[in-house]
Amino acid sequence: METQIDAWRVELELRIDRPDPVGDSALSALQARGLSLKSLRSGRGYLLPADLPEADVALAANRLFADAVTESIRILAPGTTSDDAGLQVVVRRMAGVSDPEAASAERSLPLVGVQLPQGSTLETYRFFRTSDAVDSADFLKAATRALANPVIEEVSLAESAFGIHPHPGTRRGERVEVAIRELSDSQLLEVSVGMSLALTVDEMQAIRDFYLQADREPTDVELETLAQTWSEHCKHKTLTGPVRLRISNAAGEITEERTYSNLLKETVFAATEQLDKEWCWSVFKDNAGVIELTPDNGVAIKVETHNHPSALDPYGGAGTGIGGVIRDILGTGLGARPFAATDVFCVGLSGDDAGDLPPGTMHPDRILDGVIAGVRDYGNRMGIPTVCGTVIRHPGYTANPLVFAGCIGEIPRDCVDKETMPGDHIVAIGGRTGRDGIHGATFSSEALHEESETLDAASVQIGDPITEKKVLDVMMIARDQRLYSATTDCGAGGFSSAVGEMGEECGADVELSQAPLKYPGLSYWEIWISEAQERMVFSIPPDKLAAFQTICDEHEVECCVLGKFTDDHMLRLTWHGEEVANMPMEFLHGGVPQPLREATWQRPDPLSTPWPQLNGDAIADLLIQVLGHPQVATKEWVVRQYDHEVQGGTVVKPYQGETGHTPGDGSVIQPSLSRPEGVALGCGIAPRPSEIDPYAGTACAIDEAMRNVVAAGGNPDRCAILDNFCWGDCRKPDRFGSLVLAAEACLDVALAYGTPFVSGKDSLNNEYRVGDQEKAIPPTLLCTAMAVVKDCAKALDAPVRKPGNRLALIGHTTPDGGGSVASDLLGLPDSTVPRPDLAEAPSVFRAIYAASQACEMASCHDLSEGGLAVAAAEMLLGTTRLGIDLDLSQVPCTSTNHLARLFTEGPTRFLVEVSADQVDSFAQRFADLPIAWVGEVTDSASLLLRSGDLPLAAFDIPTLLRANGTSA
Amino acid sequence: MKPRVLQLFAAGVNCDRELRFAFESAGAVVTEMHIRVLMQNPAALRDFDVFAIPGGFTYGDDLGAGRILALEVEKFLGGELADFHERGGTVFGPCNGFQIMVKAGLLPALPDMKVSLTWNDTHHFECRWTRLKVEPAIAHILPAGSVLPAPSAHAEGKLVLGVPEVDLRRLEAEGCVAFRYCDAQGQVTQAFPDCPNGSIGAIAGLVSQSGRILGLMPHPERNLSRLHLPDRGAGAWGDGSEGLQFFRGLLDRYLG
Repeated sequence: METQIDAWRVELELRIDRPDPVGDSALSALQARGLSLKSLRSGRGYLLPADLPEADVALAANRLFADAVTESIRILAPGTTSDDAGLQVVVRRMAGVSDPEAASAERSLPLVGVQLPQGSTLETYRFFRTSDAVDSADFLKAATRALANPVIEEVSLAESAFGIHPHPGTRRGERVEVAIRELSDSQLLEVSVGMSLALTVDEMQAIRDFYLQADREPTDVELETLAQTWSEHCKHKTLTGPVRLRISNAAGEITEERTYSNLLKETVFAATEQLDKEWCWSVFKDNAGVIELTPDNGVAIKVETHNHPSALDPYGGAGTGIGGVIRDILGTGLGARPFAATDVFCVGLSGDDAGDLPPGTMHPDRILDGVIAGVRDYGNRMGIPTVCGTVIRHPGYTANPLVFAGCIGEIPRDCVDKETMPGDHIVAIGGRTGRDGIHGATFSSEALHEESETLDAASVQIGDPITEKKVLDVMMIARDQRLYSATTDCGAGGFSSAVGEMGEECGADVELSQAPLKYPGLSYWEIWISEAQERMVFSIPPDKLAAFQTICDEHEVECCVLGKFTDDHMLRLTWHGEEVANMPMEFLHGGVPQPLREATWQRPDPLSTPWPQLNGDAIADLLIQVLGHPQVATKEWVVRQYDHEVQGGTVVKPYQGETGHTPGDGSVIQPSLSRPEGVALGCGIAPRPSEIDPYAGTACAIDEAMRNVVAAGGNPDRCAILDNFCWGDCRKPDRFGSLVLAAEACLDVALAYGTPFVSGKDSLNNEYRVGDQEKAIPPTLLCTAMAVVKDCAKALDAPVRKPGNRLALIGHTTPDGGGSVASDLLGLPDSTVPRPDLAEAPSVFRAIYAASQACEMASCHDLSEGGLAVAAAEMLLGTTRLGIDLDLSQVPCTSTNHLARLFTEGPTRFLVEVSADQVDSFAQRFADLPIAWVGEVTDSASLLLRSGDLPLAAFDIPTLLRANGTSA
Repeated sequence: MKPRVLQLFAAGVNCDRELRFAFESAGAVVTEMHIRVLMQNPAALRDFDVFAIPGGFTYGDDLGAGRILALEVEKFLGGELADFHERGGTVFGPCNGFQIMVKAGLLPALPDMKVSLTWNDTHHFECRWTRLKVEPAIAHILPAGSVLPAPSAHAEGKLVLGVPEVDLRRLEAEGCVAFRYCDAQGQVTQAFPDCPNGSIGAIAGLVSQSGRILGLMPHPERNLSRLHLPDRGAGAWGDGSEGLQFFRGLLDRYLG
């Protein structure tokens, strides 16, 4: 055990008459672990260096740490313990794990007149205390499991004194070469595995051949740089490499075969290239895609995944996920100003439905709580409204959850392009460099396994949103003064990727000892690839450096010159003057070998499962169940934890209406309050249908994202989309096969809809290994759509407005129920997944948009999970006095079965409220498109379902709310 | 001459854009200044009519919401702010600005009273539209008894008092209660969700006895247009003019 540094303990607890929700929820968590405990109090503590005078400790406790009204203080002298604290467990960060609150406390001590002794630090911790008679070993064991994250936290009993962690140990600092020139293939692989490089034999061979030719051995940092740059995470080599797809029929005979030399280029990018929209200002070349909002201003959008870090530490993983995608927006062109964020989570089933958890896996509910809190605490602190997203629950995500985070920013047209200039300083600003996220890029390129949770604690990424907010503040000022030539963010691969990418076309010299460190003892290669958060890299002309530095100083942002961009096309690293790497940019960026990959798909015979015949009562029961299904149940409790109103421009909100209980389709945000235009944001994701038919499921996901933005008043002809592929291990042909089909759907739908992809990201290897079993997640394509709203006054939302208004159902209702919520609840076998009508859908979108511009609709809601029945119910949830009378006999559908009409989830459908005086002009607009008048808005405060004159079911609004999971 | 507003900026301030827009829409000229600049020259305050502290998470709300910036305001601006107020200046802060004002001792500034803002009863961040009933203490800004709709977006907005019942009566008697949360019928309520945090006396905002130091948890600066109302102007949340009326009322004494 390391020697800890003696310390004062300052412990704060809520006064005994104050409720203690943290203690209460910890109590239930411990009770759930079988601990017979009746009472528990929580508290927070600070460790202060032992040589601080007692008076200073008291001053810090009273004036800085404690709330005078709510908290009581206990101070324990170094080396002492408390007699009357009862049994106490302490939860602390492990050595080297970032502690932003401690840093804030250190900075603030002088404000109350306390100076920390030179070179000393402080530390924070949490504790839980009980006076019950409980066995201390049991208490410790249960607390370790239930109250801490074993990846980054350590738990101990406070029976004996404890102190401040010493700095983590130092590593060797001198130049290290790795001899690979003489190695066999199997030995090369051993090096790759041993150094956690995640490089394949082919790649290691290419590297060996390069160094044979160079007539020297590589250094450790050169291998690390290659591993980062060539990682799946950074290079997307699977999707950009050659692939052969072979499709077989149900009998196993190969019926189709085709090859792509670069899958992404020939599908997703190809659509964008062919569409060639002049309003697309920057696509697939920068950290985000940029489209035109006004002639002078564009909007940048990016969606990222942060899956593996979130599986290990949901809170930190999701927080740094949103932090990372915000930096993508800052690092687009010369920097966009973020004004909206999105999030989508895919986790396993809740409660007991989660089933037996694989070893090393957290319960899905705990993962979900953690990722929500992570996005909440990061996004809210950044002041960026999180306005769009969803939560998917599916057993396939139990051991490998998905966390998608998106960000949207505004950028002046003349800031969209950037160019790194030789002779410019390489400048890094923001957070300090520590061991955070060492090997993050290579780690995320491999499958999770039981031992994943025993990683080096210091390598887990901990977010510090205020540091990032300060970086944002500095950047917006420096950008507007044009103080830099180019910028990018430090994401996966850290400096190695940021400097490597910025210097790709020119060259770079870096002195690694210049980087400010969180703690001493990092080796040069750790500094180079650390994924410490909240850092940006700039190319700054020498004559602008002083002005840039001044802005950083005013905002208390740390800024350092790492080196210079050169014109010799070499990447050269030095460590205290000694050269530790010197390699051509050309090999770094172009040397990765691309073998042909195999992809297979076995097409099942088409299945058509008929809907059962149910009577009115059973239909009523089913609707109540559908409203409570995890896919449909309210997510308002999530959304309300996010500040979705910050910046004051949230026009169409995620939850809508008088009571705020109607879930909207897309959200509309006005980036500048003095201008009328905005953007509509939506997303589509369809893992259930994609399991049955990846092509159809993907097409439906894209259609859903489009429906979202069109239903909110977005212009379908000024709409950009983004792809995020999350798949299993695509080295396995069956996994890759479904991905190829999904990519083909992307191409076909984007071309048909005239909707270009502008950015995307993939996350492969979402598999979990237990023993010798490997399981992949369901094929998951998240499509995010962003459409221009010319005038926010014409944006649309979903709650119904006025009795007497007519309801029109737009679109075809096909009877196929494959992948639907109702078929899941009824336990029906897999059935055909409906596909969008690619010829007709774009006309439907355009007609809805035209009607919104003519102000013919009072409200508009798209049909998605739960079909027509859920759409109608949701339009009522946010109201208190209105009702809907829905006549199923008017629904155009080849099946007369009520379930087919109520619950199928076919794409490109909307339920629209039309004012009585607009009915004719609206109907005229849809003369050649599928439209049916299926009901009207009433003043009954209820939903009535009937078929002609036959009433089927009726629900009042409180019943619908309860079924949906809202306590009315 | 237009009213002159000095808007404070600091690490973690993030409601500066909408607050600035609100003041400008109400007829003011807004100057923003970073705390690290202002602390070098606190006398800069003398050129302004209103000192405003926007919402956000200053210094990450580490050590408690607004705590660190409150210490800085107290230490570096304390004396100058007292003079500023003495001369007729107004101090205003929504959300984190209010938390800072309370923790810096600017509100309610009654001797020997301990006041703080702590975690909402739900114990997490809540973002939802709320209705604020105007108390007579700020009748010079908005009609007493009228309702100001405004989004609440905070985690630590529950007002707590050292000696709850006694201090509450004193706040009321001294005219320090500015706003209370109310329901759709205009009835004051401490119940969630109409009151998002469980504040004592359903108090949403406080005002000094002078009427010129005012803070509140919700964000009137986010209610400047019917477009931004939850029902988009259908009537349940006013007509979108109330936020601007509030800012005009705040600036009224400096107008023309």
